[in-house]
Amino acid sequence: MTIQRDPTLRAAAAILAAGLAAGTAAADKASDTLTVALDMEVETMNPYQSTSRMSLIASKMMFDTLVWRDPKTGEFAPMLATEWEWVDATTLDMRLREGVTFQNGEPFDAEDAAFTLNFFSGPEAKTKGQSSVDWIESAEILEPFKIRIHLKAPFPAALEFLASPIAIFPKDYFEKVGFEGFETAPIGSGPYQATEIVKGETITFVANPNYFTGGARPAPKIGKIVFRTIPDLNTQLAELMTGGVEWAWRIGKDEAEGLRGMPGLTVADAETMRIGYLTMNAAGTGGETPFTNLKVRQAVSHAINRQAIVDNLVPPGARLIPSACFPDQFGCEQDVATYDYDPEKAKALLAEAGYPDGFEFTFDVYRDRPYAEAIIGDLAKVGIKANLNFAKYATVRDALRSGGSQVAFLTWGSNSIGDVSASTSNFFKGSADDTYKDAEVAAWLTEGDASVDPAVRKAAYSKALKKIAAEAYWVPLWTYPYTYAFSEELDFTPTSDELPHFALTGWK
Amino acid sequence: MLGFLVRRLALAVLVAFTVSAVSFVLLRASGDVAVAIAGESATEADIAAIRHQYGLDRPLAIQYFDWLGNALSGDLGRSIFFNTPVSDLISERLPVTVAVGALALLFAVTLSVPLGVAAALRPNSPIDHLAMWLAVLGQAMPSFWFALLLVLVLGVWWRLLPISGTGTFAHYIMPAIALGYYATPAIMRLTRAGMIEVLQSDYIRTARAKGLGTGRILFKHALRNAAIPVVALAAVQFGFMLSGSIVIESIFALPGVGHLAWISLQRSDFTVVQGIVLMLAVIYICLAVVADLFNAWLDPRIRVS
Repeated sequence: MTIQRDPTLRAAAAILAAGLAAGTAAADKASDTLTVALDMEVETMNPYQSTSRMSLIASKMMFDTLVWRDPKTGEFAPMLATEWEWVDATTLDMRLREGVTFQNGEPFDAEDAAFTLNFFSGPEAKTKGQSSVDWIESAEILEPFKIRIHLKAPFPAALEFLASPIAIFPKDYFEKVGFEGFETAPIGSGPYQATEIVKGETITFVANPNYFTGGARPAPKIGKIVFRTIPDLNTQLAELMTGGVEWAWRIGKDEAEGLRGMPGLTVADAETMRIGYLTMNAAGTGGETPFTNLKVRQAVSHAINRQAIVDNLVPPGARLIPSACFPDQFGCEQDVATYDYDPEKAKALLAEAGYPDGFEFTFDVYRDRPYAEAIIGDLAKVGIKANLNFAKYATVRDALRSGGSQVAFLTWGSNSIGDVSASTSNFFKGSADDTYKDAEVAAWLTEGDASVDPAVRKAAYSKALKKIAAEAYWVPLWTYPYTYAFSEELDFTPTSDELPHFALTGWK
Repeated sequence: MLGFLVRRLALAVLVAFTVSAVSFVLLRASGDVAVAIAGESATEADIAAIRHQYGLDRPLAIQYFDWLGNALSGDLGRSIFFNTPVSDLISERLPVTVAVGALALLFAVTLSVPLGVAAALRPNSPIDHLAMWLAVLGQAMPSFWFALLLVLVLGVWWRLLPISGTGTFAHYIMPAIALGYYATPAIMRLTRAGMIEVLQSDYIRTARAKGLGTGRILFKHALRNAAIPVVALAAVQFGFMLSGSIVIESIFALPGVGHLAWISLQRSDFTVVQGIVLMLAVIYICLAVVADLFNAWLDPRIRVS
């Protein structure tokens, strides 16, 4: 949570944004240096030591992955692996690219790939993003440029993970310098090398002149890219106006209005894979509540004016979602039961459920308070009194898992994985997050997750998602767009994976 | 004096212990650290693995005494999120906070003491009213708002000063003004009140009767006495400034301790928060002692009693 999320500060920010319109933007194309503003610092240069988005963004600059996932099309393409083949559902063979060197000159081969997979999926590495690596049983070297990856169980999203969080490390260098040494002088094979790290303030990346050609990712276009940590959005905007930075993102709706039409700036809205939803404790894991009643859940679904919230509060670029997944994910069935805004119907359903005068409940929320307040207002109109409990994410999640939460407003980014196994399966397959306990849905999802046949998977996921919608376990809300503002001289394309790809960015 | 000092220090150490224990319990009660570490997409099994790897599955009391034992031997542990020693994190960031705090105090004192003296010399004059208005404004205006105004006027419109970061001395000017202005009203009001009281006292009349010049009366006799409560207040204010203004450090993108504390609290990075709490306790203790010594130097009566 950053300071600008506070409502009074937001009001101040809007005034400031209006005042800022007097300034003009300046770009640094001349010096071939792109400075970008990020609201959180990159807390570690080792992506396995973090689950934060910032470290993933930095990781994409410094490292390559075995597989490249095209951020625009979602297609997989060769990167450090040139071709791959599923031997069976738990065995994946990969042929590796020859002639690639790390930024320190160390040549890349199967030793590096196998070491990375084995070491960072093992307990010794204390990898924080356990879900990124815990599917790996082991990796073995078949030939100097061929590895075999053994999976613990069938895992169709394996390529997604090999394409995003699993950065390939130089074995010899990492073993020599260790965690601490790597932190101050990280070395990858990626298009940019981190040459200067000022803790909490800046990271300077310089283009790698020896970046390999022939892979799906092109050679770096900009000579130098500087990450600056600027926590406050207003300060970011002020720097953007005065040419201190050339790029900023996650700009609020009010601030963005002040920026649109400003000379020298491009303002772009782009959808991300993050979705918002209300989860209702349908199984009553913490005891009987009104929400164990289907009619109450349907009433809640009809009571919320989602379109009005998207139109008035959410930044441009958002769309309503009907189903419990991000619409473009593989297997995300869209043809499901929907609940249009109909307060009268909601009241009737409540009466049928035995709550003609409504009821009270505690509404757990961890972000986007204005949206939550709008939802509370809508619920009040049909007689349901929601008492807002605004807490940290970990606290809300604890409450949910222990059965202490009845209804929570949550969001989910699917770890930027374009597959329903990273969204729906996370919540409805009997894990601690599953407060619905629907054995049928769980079985369908398990079937979809275990198969590598797309048709089988699609059919299984469709059945699961149709039932989830019919039972109204969730109120699926909307996608989360980001608003970006950057110098008009910059050739930057926002993508839905919540990752700005600076290594693909150039000057116009 | 020595007995007084020893008693004070013992009490302060006790306070530091209590604060660390309370903050430890509160922090751990506010959410599962393992959930925060593992990230949003973690499964229950992932979280259990993290909990075990980081020793978070041990009883809370054992974790606390473990931390305390290490802290007493100078090891504040490692940050869970930065994966670096907490002492390194703090020592990397403390210089920025100290620099801004010291400059802010300097700004506050140079602005408020002369204004307070001037206001006391001519009560109800235009200068007194001006000082009064400055004080009201300083109390009423939230520091983030004042900071944003500075950014807008000095940074964007006039382009006189860099907006954020720490590259040069100029980078520190706006943060120091924004942070220091907040302390100005209190120091000025106290200076004014103290001066008015002292100027009416007998020994000032005696000094005047002896034919001493106004400057000499003012600075050698009056201000020295009026300054005693001001010094105590300034020490407290400096403590506030060193605890790092979260808002000021965030707005001006200063990588200081205040911002570190803020992000660590959000992420339940309890080793860092514990380390900062301990550091602040020590700083307050030191400042209180320094203020006492300074007052003893200003006022011989304190030395005797």
